[in-house]
Amino acid sequence: MFLQSLRKPDWVSFPSKYKGVIKINVIAEVFPDLMRGLGVTVSVLIASAFFGYLMAFIAGLCRLSNNIVLRKFTGFYIEVFRGTSLIVQLFWLYYAVPMLFGIELGSNWWIGVIAIALNYGAYMSEIVRGSILAVAKGQTEAATALNMSSFQRMRLIILPQAVRMMLPEFGNYLIQMLKATSLVYLIGLNDIFYYGNILRSNDLSMAPTVYLLVLLFYFILALPLIFLVRKAESISKKGVAS
Amino acid sequence: MNWSWETFFDALPLVASGLGITIGLTIASYLFALIFGFVWVFLRRIPFKPISWTVTWIMEFIRSTPPLVQLFFIYFAWPVVPYVGMTLDPFTSAVLGLGLHFSTYIGEVYRSGIEGVDKGQWEASTALNYSLYDKWTKIILPQAVPPTIPMLGNYLIILFKEVPLASTIGVVGILHMAQSYGSQYWAYLEPLTIVGILFLILSYPSAILISKLEKRMNRRFDKKAALSSTQKGTVV
Repeated sequence: MFLQSLRKPDWVSFPSKYKGVIKINVIAEVFPDLMRGLGVTVSVLIASAFFGYLMAFIAGLCRLSNNIVLRKFTGFYIEVFRGTSLIVQLFWLYYAVPMLFGIELGSNWWIGVIAIALNYGAYMSEIVRGSILAVAKGQTEAATALNMSSFQRMRLIILPQAVRMMLPEFGNYLIQMLKATSLVYLIGLNDIFYYGNILRSNDLSMAPTVYLLVLLFYFILALPLIFLVRKAESISKKGVAS
Repeated sequence: MNWSWETFFDALPLVASGLGITIGLTIASYLFALIFGFVWVFLRRIPFKPISWTVTWIMEFIRSTPPLVQLFFIYFAWPVVPYVGMTLDPFTSAVLGLGLHFSTYIGEVYRSGIEGVDKGQWEASTALNYSLYDKWTKIILPQAVPPTIPMLGNYLIILFKEVPLASTIGVVGILHMAQSYGSQYWAYLEPLTIVGILFLILSYPSAILISKLEKRMNRRFDKKAALSSTQKGTVV
């Protein structure tokens, strides 16, 4: 009997709780389960990116407005959302807002999207503001000399130049937003991470495989974004002096 | 409006008692990231291509995946990993998880600092026959690190705002305290607001401080850059 146990390959004599770590077929078992959460993760990412960029432009332009009330109010919004962490804002929207006003904010999906969009909108509004200010002053003056209205000036002259400068940072924040979507699990959305945690709580021995796969899922989602950022960097550098 | 000042002042001491853990965790994981950032830099500088290439992609992997999942991996999955696995308490897991995540960012900051050092400095240290150790500690790093201090400060503030993630694995910081108060008395509004206010009070002044520091640093290093460029101009 002793000899028999010697002849066995190493992993067979492992305590049974370790078996799952080495078995390849665990991946095949886990993969379809995680796939079920992919839709939620991607939809939250796309929606929060859309509203985040929208928020960034609105807040960034408001910061540059001549109306002092608007400017101060936007500044307050930006500082509050940049000064606290996303997870706190998410919980605040989820737990506190319904208690404060006695209203429900629609579905949990919307709460997650709103939290991520408001948070990253605040960060990205600074990029919008900085890029618009970075467009050479002569451009504004030339547009004024051509008798353009302030709206035309912004739309036709300033923004096309400023947006190009924003692209690389916008791409970086898109990756940050992808990472942030994992938080929506905490308010009860069934994303990739949620299914990963379900699998882990069913069988702890699968945990390393499950979490590595979850990380891989996020990495594969991030890969195109990483290349997009590199592309954006080359676009924003093209034809710019120095 | 269901705001109650009574609950606010009732929850305040409890929530504030988690502040020590939150700040302690921030400092511990920041120190870990500062030290481990150097490890990444030096691993990446190994001239053997496959190694530096692998290290670059590992850094990219850690940086572009959610820190929350990484925390869960370290806390729940690491003890089950054969041979090397061990059970870690929540605080240590959080230090390792957040520290490792931010070390990849800080490694990039160091790298940009090192690349900013003038090529002549490398040549000079070789010409003066400095050993590898002396070259790094006496010539390169003293010039590479100071210009990156504002960026490092920014990452400290960003890290501070990521620290409440650790409440999900049971580190009893301010967010965890607020949640436990909330679930006990079914009053989330006031404790969560306190958490937000505490974060603002701590991070807003430090952000202002960092931007002041950045302006001062810029002036200092721009002067040098301007000086060297004019000198170059006269030579040419």
